[in-house]
Amino acid sequence: MSATDTPFDRAGDPYRVGRGRDWLSEGAGRGYVHATGHGEGGPASKRVIVGYGFWIFLLSDIVMFSAFFAAHAVLQTATAGGPSGRELFNWWSIVLQTAFLLVSSFTCGLSAVATEARSQLWTQIALLVTGLFGLAFLVLEGRDFAVMVMQGAGPDRSAFLSSLFAVVGLHGLHVSAGLLWLGTMMAQVFVKGFRPDILRRLVCFNLFWHALDIIWVALFTVVYLIGLGR
Amino acid sequence: MSHDTDRRDPGDVGPGFMDAAELTIREGIARYVIGFVLASLLTAASFYVLNTSLIWGPGIPVALVVLAIAQMGVHLVFFLHITTAPDNTNNVLALAFGVLIVALVIGGSLWIMDHLNQNMMPMHQMMQMQR
Repeated sequence: MSATDTPFDRAGDPYRVGRGRDWLSEGAGRGYVHATGHGEGGPASKRVIVGYGFWIFLLSDIVMFSAFFAAHAVLQTATAGGPSGRELFNWWSIVLQTAFLLVSSFTCGLSAVATEARSQLWTQIALLVTGLFGLAFLVLEGRDFAVMVMQGAGPDRSAFLSSLFAVVGLHGLHVSAGLLWLGTMMAQVFVKGFRPDILRRLVCFNLFWHALDIIWVALFTVVYLIGLGR
Repeated sequence: MSHDTDRRDPGDVGPGFMDAAELTIREGIARYVIGFVLASLLTAASFYVLNTSLIWGPGIPVALVVLAIAQMGVHLVFFLHITTAPDNTNNVLALAFGVLIVALVIGGSLWIMDHLNQNMMPMHQMMQMQR
């Protein structure tokens, strides 16, 4: 196929939205490449499909979080005569948790670069550092929870505290699951090497870990910082 | 790299992939460093804004929300590699739909509950009626 067959005006639609991929490159052997949204052109490669599918899952996870956030935002002042965020929150603990999770998200990105370079050593080191910062984050969060419960400010004290423990705890559960996954990935990379299926899992794990940090940004802003101001 | 048999599509990139830009190691690291520095600055700004007198008191929550949304944007671009390039169309559309639902859930809840609170009888008045 030559360029003169191109029926669409490139200048008017530079991104070729919904018109399949650029059929001047990589067209051969892929069926009908003019297909809208790649449909009849056959499926995309497995790594794109896996990454995209996991992206959809993450977005649905974020939608679930939004419900917890909405509940907390509505109940933030419903302290039922109990302690408010201003009396409960530990400023330095929040600063440290935020810093730890941001650094771990950064080192997780570095592990992706190391994976891209197929470096077993640096991938493992970056993943290990990621996991340690994640663990430090969880320890601080667990300590904050324990202190609050011992002060009599557990989730049963007020609607404000129920929604606080729910949304922060849900994020903590995600981080815990992420840590388990991280350990599994380190073992798999070590034993199985950079096989295509392992690479796909690594991409999904990276997405998951970065998404957790995005949720934490919303969390420290809405729950802690705005909560401290109330 | 004989193990790497997964095909790479030139016109389609999953979220989180770096292969579209074909970055060198140095460029890949530089991208994460830029993202990390920007995110750190925005985080520091959020914590600073909370106790500042530079901003009118009732405006502080708005400033915090704006900073948070900016930081999420930084994370999406520099960490998750969501771009506006043509190969990212599917990812961006899915994200847009997710953002729509999140905005409906949070905005709708706050809106409705705020009106309910305003229309509700004050608590002490209700207690008196129950006596």
